[in-house]
Amino acid sequence: MLKTVIPFGPQHPVLPEPLHLQLTVEDEVITEAIPALGFVHRGLEMLAHIRDFHQVTQVVERVCGICSMIHAMCYCQGIEAIMGIEVPPRATFLRTIWSELHRMHSHLLWLGLFADSFGFESLFMQLWKIREKVLDLNEATTGNRIIVSVNLIGGVRRDLAPEQISWILAELAEVEQDINRLGSTLLTDYTVKKRTVGKGVITKDKAFELGLAGPTLRASGVCQDMRMLGYAAFDELDFEPVVETEGDCHARSKVRFREVRQSIDLIRQALSRIAQSEIRTKVKGRPQGETVCRVEQPRGELFYYIKADGTKNLERLRIRTPTFANIPALLSILPGMWLSDVPVAVLSIDPCISCTER
Amino acid sequence: MFKKLIQKARVKSPWLLHYDCSSCNGCDIEVLACLTPVYDIERFGIINVGNPMHADILLVTGTVNYRSRKVLLNLFNQMPDPKLVVAIGTCALSGGIFREAYNVIGGVDKVIAVDVYVTGCPAKPEAIIDGVTLGLNRFTQRKEGKKAHAR
Repeated sequence: MLKTVIPFGPQHPVLPEPLHLQLTVEDEVITEAIPALGFVHRGLEMLAHIRDFHQVTQVVERVCGICSMIHAMCYCQGIEAIMGIEVPPRATFLRTIWSELHRMHSHLLWLGLFADSFGFESLFMQLWKIREKVLDLNEATTGNRIIVSVNLIGGVRRDLAPEQISWILAELAEVEQDINRLGSTLLTDYTVKKRTVGKGVITKDKAFELGLAGPTLRASGVCQDMRMLGYAAFDELDFEPVVETEGDCHARSKVRFREVRQSIDLIRQALSRIAQSEIRTKVKGRPQGETVCRVEQPRGELFYYIKADGTKNLERLRIRTPTFANIPALLSILPGMWLSDVPVAVLSIDPCISCTER
Repeated sequence: MFKKLIQKARVKSPWLLHYDCSSCNGCDIEVLACLTPVYDIERFGIINVGNPMHADILLVTGTVNYRSRKVLLNLFNQMPDPKLVVAIGTCALSGGIFREAYNVIGGVDKVIAVDVYVTGCPAKPEAIIDGVTLGLNRFTQRKEGKKAHAR
């Protein structure tokens, strides 16, 4: 049988982002997949040499629009560690709440796109309808739907009023009810299972060997979550990582579905234990030294390396994002799959290309 | 008469093509949010399509970089006339926060002619819908024989 080469992307209906895959196909079965990156590369890390280190908070928010708050939180935690700034306890709780809201909207977005990838359009619409409620929470508490820009070096910009807290709890109860209603379709429906169960299996050893991150790793049975490090206020909350053992596309969607519910639980805990204090401390001077900071993004481990030399610009800013770690997983599961399963497999690792290429 | 019918159909049911040049995803997911229940632009007869040859309106998000420039031109040239280009978000307008980065050419209008500019970082779904409807007015106003062009 002759080999055929099929380009997948950069402009593809399933992906909102430009990822290019060169697929070599025999009959309908894929034998080789070669990725081509660079369509979203902007050169963001170099902007740290031009901008003031306070302004870089806004720059790193634009690494990825979906989890912008978590990028800024990671950067601020890094600079705070270098400068030895004590963040007020209320600010750490607020950071936790907003980062979990971001995780919720990111996972709901992904679950919707995943349903769309196997053609279940009504499920996609329903999930995105729930997501709008989470975005309303973001908008009411921070002033913007997606890029919320609440982080500052030394704290956060905005506070929650007591009446907002009770409103958030009421909205979360509605969101939870809606999710539970859709959960049975998403996890047990015959057509959904037919398209996802047993597709793109990554075993535990293979996942460990490839160095995967986030839900993709946890779906293969490895218990690793950066929130276990206890950054922000996570050390004061009861937290148990979500782990599944099958390692296929269905397990990956199960992990993310359960993590949405876990995030609701974490926000409730944080709101009930939130401390009363200032929300920011004044920052004086300039950072000198280097540090490494890791947090859990919706897609996995986010890694920042920051080196500062005492001037107003940073000497080096290095960002390693979870999709960069998860692309090897994609390349290892694609050979042997049917061409029609490629969108499902590509989406199952939750690729965020703008994070990867910056 | 046939021309009038086509004209009417185009304004009543424009099809969209979305391309992410090198955006941060913020505007892209807002474009997708326009298609989903709360905003639901399908009630205006608008559908998101994957094939540039079926599309009337090109939505571009993000700054243009040296690699996505070629893809953008390719998509634009494949679209049939008359066509509209809507640039969404501050990055697509001017380069935004990334204008000094080394791999960024700048706004979308440095590569192709833009009809409507939608501001915001990220642009809100309401603003995107407003921009698209503004663009649709241009379909009715545009004179015969004047074609959109690539720079």
